[in-house]
Amino acid sequence: MAKLNIDKIQKDFELDTKKHDDHAFNVGDTVDVSVKIEEGGKSRIQKYRGIVISKKGAGTKKTFTVRKISQGIGVERIFPLFSPSISDVKVIKKGIVRRAKLNYMRKRTGKAAVKVD
Amino acid sequence: MKGLIGRKVGMNQMFDDQGNVIPVTIIYMEPNKIIEKKTDEKFGYNALKLGIEEKKESRFNKPELGMFAKLEMKPLSTIKEVRFDKNAIDKTKVGEYIDVTIFEVGARVNVEGTSKGRGFAGWMKRHGFKGGPGSHGSHEVHRRPGSIGANTFPGRVILGKRMAGHFGNERVTTLNIKIVKVDKEKNLLIVKGAVPGAMNSLVIVKQA
Repeated sequence: MAKLNIDKIQKDFELDTKKHDDHAFNVGDTVDVSVKIEEGGKSRIQKYRGIVISKKGAGTKKTFTVRKISQGIGVERIFPLFSPSISDVKVIKKGIVRRAKLNYMRKRTGKAAVKVD
Repeated sequence: MKGLIGRKVGMNQMFDDQGNVIPVTIIYMEPNKIIEKKTDEKFGYNALKLGIEEKKESRFNKPELGMFAKLEMKPLSTIKEVRFDKNAIDKTKVGEYIDVTIFEVGARVNVEGTSKGRGFAGWMKRHGFKGGPGSHGSHEVHRRPGSIGANTFPGRVILGKRMAGHFGNERVTTLNIKIVKVDKEKNLLIVKGAVPGAMNSLVIVKQA
């Protein structure tokens, strides 16, 4: 039985299907995510601002979670990093954190919920 | 009717134009060599005998080597017969290769393979039965089948009663799956969804 170089085929496939490069940001950063939205045949870009609380996955399967407080309610959105509907991720403010996953942000209320320190 | 043999590489994901994630299976298909043409007049059906993967000559036995020596080609380790249309067969020659480009993006195919072997599997895993309750006083009956029949009548277990036993390692076909991408350079066929078998296992892709 011929052995396939599975890792290489998978890696090449990911390079081929990747639509754009990795956006540079870290967990804890406050970011503006530009999301393409299709409405009635027209597309526009909507910005989603929040704190990156998690990055996970490998290769083209990477995702990141952005949390914000919208009208007093916590909202989290998980974006696939290489999705063609994400045109840009702009870092507004760098955050200094000691953890890779900021799950403690979910317990915070008030002003503390919108800033990391 | 057309089809090719290949090997399953594994699963991955892709984005479509709308930005949706599609789960895909990558199938590696080296160009299949035509070993024999079988036509209606002689065999009663139309098919092509296809082979892939060259191997050291010492790995073959004499009859196999003899067969390939007669055809004047290097011996191939994996040989399968796939049904083809009569006119498609007429266009080909023995010794030629058929590659992935016979499939078009968007067309539907059936993929045959050998499912992963699970050995002697219990009744819950093999047939998806529920099993006993986890608590509320149940004692050592969490994954057991319970009753398998009635009383003095019929006095036996009904034939075909689903019970524990060997599971997997059997021929399975996934029907009507869509081709997402055809990569001629790398000899890859990308289909949507899952395909039977483990990584590196043999699959036959046939037009649905």
